[in-house]
Amino acid sequence: MRHRVTPEENCEAVAAFERDILTPLAMSARLEPADLREMYARMRLIREFDTAVKELWKQDFIYGLAHSYVSAEAIAVGACAALRDGDYITSTHRGHGHTIAKGGDPRRMMAELMGRAPGYNKGKGGSMHIAAVDMGMLGATGIVGSAMPIAVGSALTAKTLGRDNVTVCFHGDGATNQGVWHESINLAAAWGLPVIFLCENNQWAISMPYEQAVGNPSVADRAVGYGIPGVTVDGFNAIAVHDAVAEAAERARTGGGPTLIEARFYRYIGHFVADDEAYRDPACNERWQQFDPIERMAGFLLESGSADKAWLDEADETALARVEDAIAFAKAAPEPALDTLYDGLYSDEFMAQQGIGR
Amino acid sequence: MTATPTAEVQTRRLTVKQAINQTLREEMQRDPTIIILGCDVGVRGNPFGVTKGLYEEFGAGRVLDTPISEAAIVGSSLGAAATGLRPVAEILFSDWITIGMDQLVNQIAKIRYMFGGAISVPLVIRAPVGAGGGQAAQHSQSFENWFSAVPGLQVVMPSTPADVKGLLRTAIRSDDPVLFFEHKRGYEIKGQVPVEEYTIPFGLADVARNGSDVTIVAVSIMRHKALSAAEALAAEGVDCEVIDPRTIYPFDYDTVLASLQKTGRLVVVHEANRRSNIGGEIVSQVVERAFELLSAPPRIVAGLDVPMPYNRSLEALVIPDEARIRQAVLTVVGR
Repeated sequence: MRHRVTPEENCEAVAAFERDILTPLAMSARLEPADLREMYARMRLIREFDTAVKELWKQDFIYGLAHSYVSAEAIAVGACAALRDGDYITSTHRGHGHTIAKGGDPRRMMAELMGRAPGYNKGKGGSMHIAAVDMGMLGATGIVGSAMPIAVGSALTAKTLGRDNVTVCFHGDGATNQGVWHESINLAAAWGLPVIFLCENNQWAISMPYEQAVGNPSVADRAVGYGIPGVTVDGFNAIAVHDAVAEAAERARTGGGPTLIEARFYRYIGHFVADDEAYRDPACNERWQQFDPIERMAGFLLESGSADKAWLDEADETALARVEDAIAFAKAAPEPALDTLYDGLYSDEFMAQQGIGR
Repeated sequence: MTATPTAEVQTRRLTVKQAINQTLREEMQRDPTIIILGCDVGVRGNPFGVTKGLYEEFGAGRVLDTPISEAAIVGSSLGAAATGLRPVAEILFSDWITIGMDQLVNQIAKIRYMFGGAISVPLVIRAPVGAGGGQAAQHSQSFENWFSAVPGLQVVMPSTPADVKGLLRTAIRSDDPVLFFEHKRGYEIKGQVPVEEYTIPFGLADVARNGSDVTIVAVSIMRHKALSAAEALAAEGVDCEVIDPRTIYPFDYDTVLASLQKTGRLVVVHEANRRSNIGGEIVSQVVERAFELLSAPPRIVAGLDVPMPYNRSLEALVIPDEARIRQAVLTVVGR
């Protein structure tokens, strides 16, 4: 049964992560220094974007709910760096990171978060449903686990039409205890579909610690039950995530079927913008922040000679400037006209035929 | 063509089941992006024989037997529809659509809208509805009102072979999600079906019988019971007009109101249980739009508000029949 995580247990969890999961960043045969710099830039952009979102929410520029991708940047960026144009991703309720990682436009994102007309969803979706379909980002969802079968269907299209694209299905540890998680992985395994199930195991389903929600706290172990490969990677290490996804994508593109990847990390921020985190000891977060994925990537860029301090400073400034530009764009953008209320409910032809919205 | 078959059109006598099968085959021949998926749809050809022969013709890559995983069937159909296929998914009994409800209600119905129109969902979900056959509480239900209540979905439930052919073709070609409900006691209903290719637009009711005294709006196979009741009532001097809406959403109120101009009296018949159902919605729309046309309070003949019992006699109490339709008609004409 559920009990409050003690400081001792948290220290043990940090020690276990260091011992079993933490992997030093290392050069990958699949990545050039320019790729690493681009990955850093995108991670930094996500960090600046979601840091700004929290303040904008407090100032009431952003309505409704917003869930931050801070602390998870290495996962979306590492995974998307292993994808090509034409590949798809599905997302979670923390969709800002996935959208940026897949090449989404921060201006249209911020406009959507502020509910403006030029937003990705024309002001109909907001943070929880942000989608950049033109980039292959099939949308964030407010229901945990619900994108699992959608990713399977996207992979079914690829297989049916003989396309060699893959779909990455981002999902959280909370999703692994939904029935549809099981149905989806089993179906993809049975049909050998080109889909990569990438579990962002941040160890907390809002206030529920993962190890208290399951009998076996390893997500990757479950792959055995479906007869597919299952791997665990350091979710604070963008290069490790990249390599795991790249390997899975190569397998998927050549008919090898799905892979389950567990990217283990820790959500050292609140569940959403206004979470007071009363359910856990604040010291937990401090202990986990030593693994900050962006700091580690910066350190590796310097240490490997892939970038120097001046480049990093410039990249940081550029990220901040892009977010400031996105905020200015969104604030100046028009609200959707009220007569767009019904737009998009059905296809235009049907709407006209039925006179919907007239 | 969109009208009901006329004399000069070449027709063939088919069952509802054969009309579905033929339409699926013709559409799959025309469009390689159409796939069929569901439990037992492939090698077995569906327990009612609806998809018989399609696996042999189109192969395992387009007629996909699935595990018993309704949420994954429905959800993967959405993912496929969003990325370039036109899936026709089947739920073996519509009762089990409940297992895929999140995907249907929260994803399929809403994705186009909540993504600002960026995604189309050309998806058909076929499922047998209805009772009569001792299949008891979990294999007998009709849930059309659940889905017609959700903006973003379309709900179609025809019951003649010609309507099935035209409406299934429209459903498959629609860029929006369609729930296509077939009555499991209606698969063997026979009728003349035009040989040519045609579609019937959604939101166009069929006047199955012209009459001047009472308008009976009858859903799915209740159309046939209403027609049979109307013949008997004609002998008693009551002339009924029978309207089959064919689609629940969109719903053709214009045809119903035009009929009420003549009759002023309304009886709505559906097999789904009465509580919070489409009968109430139809009556409320009519009252709001054209109260002045009504010369008597409308009546609703519907399934009773209990789970479907197994026993034959108890089951018969629940399902509307000709006697209950007759009684309602006599009530509205004041006899």
